Amino acid sequence: METVIFTIYALAACGGAIAVMVSQNVVRMAFWLVISLGSVAGLFFLLHADFLGATQLLIYVGGTVVLLIFGVMLTASGPMLTIRSGPGEVVLGGLVGLAVLGMLVFGMLSVDWESQQTRMYSAAAEEGRGERSMGYNPEGEGNTARRLGAALLGVRFDRDLGRNSETLSTGYLLPFEIVSVHLLVVLVGASYLARTKRRRPNPLEESLES
Amino acid sequence: MSDVGLTPYLIVAAVLFVCGIVCMATKRNAIGVLMGVELVLNGANLNLIAFSRYGQLGFDGQAIAMFVIVLAAAEAAVALAIVLNFYNNHLTVDVDQARQLNS
Amino acid sequence: MSPHLAELSLAERLSEVGWLGQSGALLAAALIHALLVGLFFGLPAFVFIWAERKISGRIQDRLGPTRTGGRFGWLQSLADGVKLVSKEDLVPAAADSMLFRVAPYIVVVASFAAFIVIPFSDGWIAQALDVGLFLGLAILSLEVLGIILAGYSSGSKWSLFGGMREAAQMVSYEVPLGLTAVIPVVAAGSLNLNEIANMQRGWAGHWLVFHDPFTFIAFFVFFTVTLASNKRAPFDLAEAESELVGGFHTEYSGMRWSFFFLAEYASMFFVSMLAVLLFLGGWWTGLPGLDEAVIAAVGGYPARVLGMVVLLAKSSILVCVQIWIRWTLPRLRIDQVMTTCLKYLVPISCFLFLGATIWPLVLLAVLGRPSVLPLGDEPIGARVVPAQAGLSAPAAGRNMATRVSRSTQEAEGSR
Repeated sequence: METVIFTIYALAACGGAIAVMVSQNVVRMAFWLVISLGSVAGLFFLLHADFLGATQLLIYVGGTVVLLIFGVMLTASGPMLTIRSGPGEVVLGGLVGLAVLGMLVFGMLSVDWESQQTRMYSAAAEEGRGERSMGYNPEGEGNTARRLGAALLGVRFDRDLGRNSETLSTGYLLPFEIVSVHLLVVLVGASYLARTKRRRPNPLEESLES
Repeated sequence: MSDVGLTPYLIVAAVLFVCGIVCMATKRNAIGVLMGVELVLNGANLNLIAFSRYGQLGFDGQAIAMFVIVLAAAEAAVALAIVLNFYNNHLTVDVDQARQLNS
Repeated sequence: MSPHLAELSLAERLSEVGWLGQSGALLAAALIHALLVGLFFGLPAFVFIWAERKISGRIQDRLGPTRTGGRFGWLQSLADGVKLVSKEDLVPAAADSMLFRVAPYIVVVASFAAFIVIPFSDGWIAQALDVGLFLGLAILSLEVLGIILAGYSSGSKWSLFGGMREAAQMVSYEVPLGLTAVIPVVAAGSLNLNEIANMQRGWAGHWLVFHDPFTFIAFFVFFTVTLASNKRAPFDLAEAESELVGGFHTEYSGMRWSFFFLAEYASMFFVSMLAVLLFLGGWWTGLPGLDEAVIAAVGGYPARVLGMVVLLAKSSILVCVQIWIRWTLPRLRIDQVMTTCLKYLVPISCFLFLGATIWPLVLLAVLGRPSVLPLGDEPIGARVVPAQAGLSAPAAGRNMATRVSRSTQEAEGSR
């Protein structure tokens, strides 16, 4: 069952990505991007990362792509909609892409992942097998919102439970704060960059010139 | 329930990554280049989360992927602002036209 | 005693049937869930389309539909549907035909999929996730995408204007929507809608809308923002008939147009249910002792049916208020819409968010307990069904109030 669902999502994700690469119309590219990113969100859910799946949907599909389409609407007028790249570039890009893909796939197939494969939360899943957690998910897997929130606040349930206080891991409080300040800066900076500059004749300059 | 395993996820991520790279390299529309960046970041994220489930990465993978998503959103906002600014000044979004410093 | 959460999920129960096997049981459960969610998606939309006609008629001193299907014209929606299905399906020559055809499906699928995370009664939920609320809002935001694509791909200026307005409006209104939806989450300490609703058991003072002054204001802000996010008047700039012909759906006809219509009413219902679950006590009646009496009298299953009726009734009232507002207030201008959001709603919701997080601490400092009412003295997190804390909820999983009250108890104990 999981394999079937994975195949559907994986095909949609790869197909969407390839269609983004191939298609020439910007708005269609955005549509295929949505298909691809949405399927990646589905893969996240399949990997028991439900908070990240929801985040992916909310931020990428609902936020970033809408923003991109908005940008397309503001900038695309007639000829700009389909700017074709030269055939030489396409062939070269395709060749380089195929080479990189071959290298990556070769690299990852030559590593024996199975030997170091450990299931996340395996200990936790055994612990909680008998009881049903607050949600109705059959296993203790998948409900990562609380763990992730706690990790961002600097508390690591997956590492620190049962440890003594000297060996606690650090969590992600500092990066979290840095990212939030960064977001604020980006917000201000982007709105400063994107504002429309009115070419109003400056009365001061005119009086100086005359 | 049958398990998919790590490698298929990595291959999907590699395909996303490569499509993104080719998009960034060949598209001449600035917004198309942005979409390529998004694809690349998504491939990386898929890798992180796959390793977080199947590999040694544990919960760190998800936390890092979270930061990647947030930073990608910030990146998209700034890049779009730059594109709009470029469009206001040059009336085009063709990245090949951006060569004022290349005289 | 409170009703227990569903002990087995549908898939688990079906897998005991034997001849189905595990994959078959999962598939069957998925189909049943899809069917039920589809019913909740479709039927209320039909009812509310009829209600909108009837209420708007009465507000404008008309009768509204009177003939189809008997006295009150209650089959009018069905007649509309048949008429729309039988109409010709047009694709304009200037349209980007693939996107034009796909856009209505995106809208309707997004609006349908959002119902996955709604618990209709205690434990009656298609997919219970810890991030239920978050996922619901995320899926709802996909609807915008379909509308923008529809507006863009129609190849008409009116549609493009509608789509652009929708994009600008939605990108801005998502900020206060998220912020106000988070305020009850702060009070409850969970994103799981089922848990949030269960925390509001008991009399109406336990409803999160009365939890503190900030959630009280947040409810009204949330309601306003959901009006905007559903493109309901006075925020229906995307389809403003008097300026843009039909906005994003100018070029649509027949079945595809009716998809937009259906999705609009379904998501009105969705956000109303969300408001009820977050603020207005979910499936609990809010009358002291009544729920417990009902559960004791008729047992868990019928009590859950009654709970669903209560939830649907509360949500229907909210939908009727939305309809009432639509036919009472005039439409804003687009700049006024943006001003309302960016200059008023966003700062207000930021303020409310800060206030809601500080409130329990202030109360604790002043009164020595994390809530005002002596009846609400029981910390809100403790009202949830006996905490099978286990995995999902070590200390930080509980809400702030619980932790605070626990620390006060410890402090008192040490004295």
